[in-house]
Amino acid sequence: MRVLLPLPVVLPLLGASVSMLVARRATAQRVLSVLVLIGVFVAALALLLHVDAEGTQVVQLGGWAAPAGISLVADRLSALLLVVSAGVLLTVLVYAIGQGVADGQRTGPLAVFHPSYLVLSAGIAMAFLTGDLFNLFVAFEVMLIASYVLLTLGGGRGQVRAGMTYVVTSLLASVLLVTVIGLVYAATGTVNMADAAVKLQDVPEGVRLALGLTMLVVFGIKAAIFPLFSWLPDSYPTAPAPVTAVFAGLLTKVGVYAVIRTQTLLFPGSEVIGDVLLVLGALTMVVGILGALVQDDVKRVLSFTIVSHIGYMLFGLGLYSVAGLAGAVLYTVHHIVVQTTLFLVAGLMERREGTSSMARSGGLQHVAPLLAVLYLVPALSLAGIPPLSGFVAKIGLFQAGLADGGVLAVSAVVAGTVTSLLTLYAVGRVWTQVFWGPVAEVVADRDAGDAVDVGIAQTPPLMLGATVAAVVGMLSITVVAGPLYGLAERAAQDVIDPGVYVTAVLPGTPTGTGPGGAR
Amino acid sequence: MTGNLTLALLIGLLYTVGTYLLLQRTLTRIVIGLAMLGHGANLLLLQAGGAAGAVPFVGRTDGPAGDGTADPLPQAMVLTAIVITFGVSAFLLALAYRSWVLTQEDEVQDDVEDRRVARVFALEERRLAAEAKARRARQAEYDDDVSEPGADGSSGDAGRAS
Repeated sequence: MRVLLPLPVVLPLLGASVSMLVARRATAQRVLSVLVLIGVFVAALALLLHVDAEGTQVVQLGGWAAPAGISLVADRLSALLLVVSAGVLLTVLVYAIGQGVADGQRTGPLAVFHPSYLVLSAGIAMAFLTGDLFNLFVAFEVMLIASYVLLTLGGGRGQVRAGMTYVVTSLLASVLLVTVIGLVYAATGTVNMADAAVKLQDVPEGVRLALGLTMLVVFGIKAAIFPLFSWLPDSYPTAPAPVTAVFAGLLTKVGVYAVIRTQTLLFPGSEVIGDVLLVLGALTMVVGILGALVQDDVKRVLSFTIVSHIGYMLFGLGLYSVAGLAGAVLYTVHHIVVQTTLFLVAGLMERREGTSSMARSGGLQHVAPLLAVLYLVPALSLAGIPPLSGFVAKIGLFQAGLADGGVLAVSAVVAGTVTSLLTLYAVGRVWTQVFWGPVAEVVADRDAGDAVDVGIAQTPPLMLGATVAAVVGMLSITVVAGPLYGLAERAAQDVIDPGVYVTAVLPGTPTGTGPGGAR
Repeated sequence: MTGNLTLALLIGLLYTVGTYLLLQRTLTRIVIGLAMLGHGANLLLLQAGGAAGAVPFVGRTDGPAGDGTADPLPQAMVLTAIVITFGVSAFLLALAYRSWVLTQEDEVQDDVEDRRVARVFALEERRLAAEAKARRARQAEYDDDVSEPGADGSSGDAGRAS
């Protein structure tokens, strides 16, 4: 069964190279990408079932034992996120193919889309699976370079401007990541995460804290937490809808995963970092949603809600309890699905109206009632209306926060409640302006030559089908909420005790589990 | 662990220059600044590997900092990081060139939509302020109207009384 571990990384990379070879045959590229991502999804699902039954699985690449070689590690947290991300990637791919087919064969830059997309999925999978800090950096780079290409695909004016912000910010984060890896190596002499977790216990408290906070800054930029988020609402909305959808759903969550993994494994139970996380979480929630309230562009409203809801995951992590972490894991799963779905719907809305400006849209519920339903369900879920998945995830987090009982934890719960209400207001504003009111005139495609056609009355069945599938997937989170919460709780138990991870990677290491466990 | 002071000073210098250049508004300077920061980070990785060692041949153990060869792992990591920085820098330069072709400007541009939202709100604020001012003016006029008939009335009363 250990062969399952490298598959989510290797399959898309192989697929990407073959996809480059058949660059002139659009149909072959499409079939290949879909088959590869189905393979990844099946492998990830099998891996999750296996890991849940047998515990953490490890593969030492090239047969080199752990501290010397690179390890791939799948525990319940990474396997769960792998399954969700593979599903989301597949859905968005189908949507993108639907859009491409409907808009006619525009060869040129679009031949690069499929290879880049597969490389992106390989990078995401590697970031979830790797057990090596430097390999994590490489995974981020693989993912980011593919995302640079996808974001600037077509090279229009707005995209180049936004792409510049995105690339420079990501590059700065990468330089900081290399810096902090160098510092960890200087302090411990290893970049294997399990090995570093053991050796960091002997490092003086102040050095540990400095390393932990620097790492929080690095992954905080990638996860777009307050005050490091301003690049996100600027760059995401300019890309074509499927690209924005997959970025919104996955890229920031990879950053969140990296924060969870490094903080729990390398710097477990640090009071200071826990408090910093709680404060930052509360501020991220409130500041992000306040940004969403003043926007006119639907995609920008949604981009600010991404920022805002990252705060919930930080809050769950900051509690450093099993319940808090389980809530954070569940919230991450819910948010990946719901945010992707909303951006897919926003793409359909833009296609229909010809614009994503709220002021210039109106009356869409009369023209496209199905679209209205597709928007309303994930929007209410994002705001946390029962019985949708957002409510399930939030109630777990809030219960954990109240059980903690500290001043910061309770204030974060209050901030979370206020943010939920403001989210409802933000998505409700989109609803009243775009779907209610008199039917607005369709705006003509301002940039007819680019990759995306807008202002078309007909919605391609493949795009609609993918969006419906995403909404159904989101609803199924509610249906399986019980077992899923159980799984998230088991994942949290794995994560909160670094000993589980360390003994899986380095068998026979005497691990005083350290100050992990409840704070 | 022994370190190399020259290297440490150089790393500091590269980070300083890189940070300064990154804060400029010109795109080419930002690109060069990022390259500087990247070099600084690479040297830091190298420095993290400890002192230089002997040439890795069998029988040679006379390194400058004592016995043994240098730690090869940071060197491998630096090599990987250099390749990645190289690729991304090439992409960034291409992007900067594309931006120059499109706008004929070598400057970082503002977030257009953000500026628009800010402008809309500034206009709204001005409109509200103007409305409030007009309302105050009307109120003042009304107050005058109210007080004047009052004055007439009192004089009228006085007239009737007389």
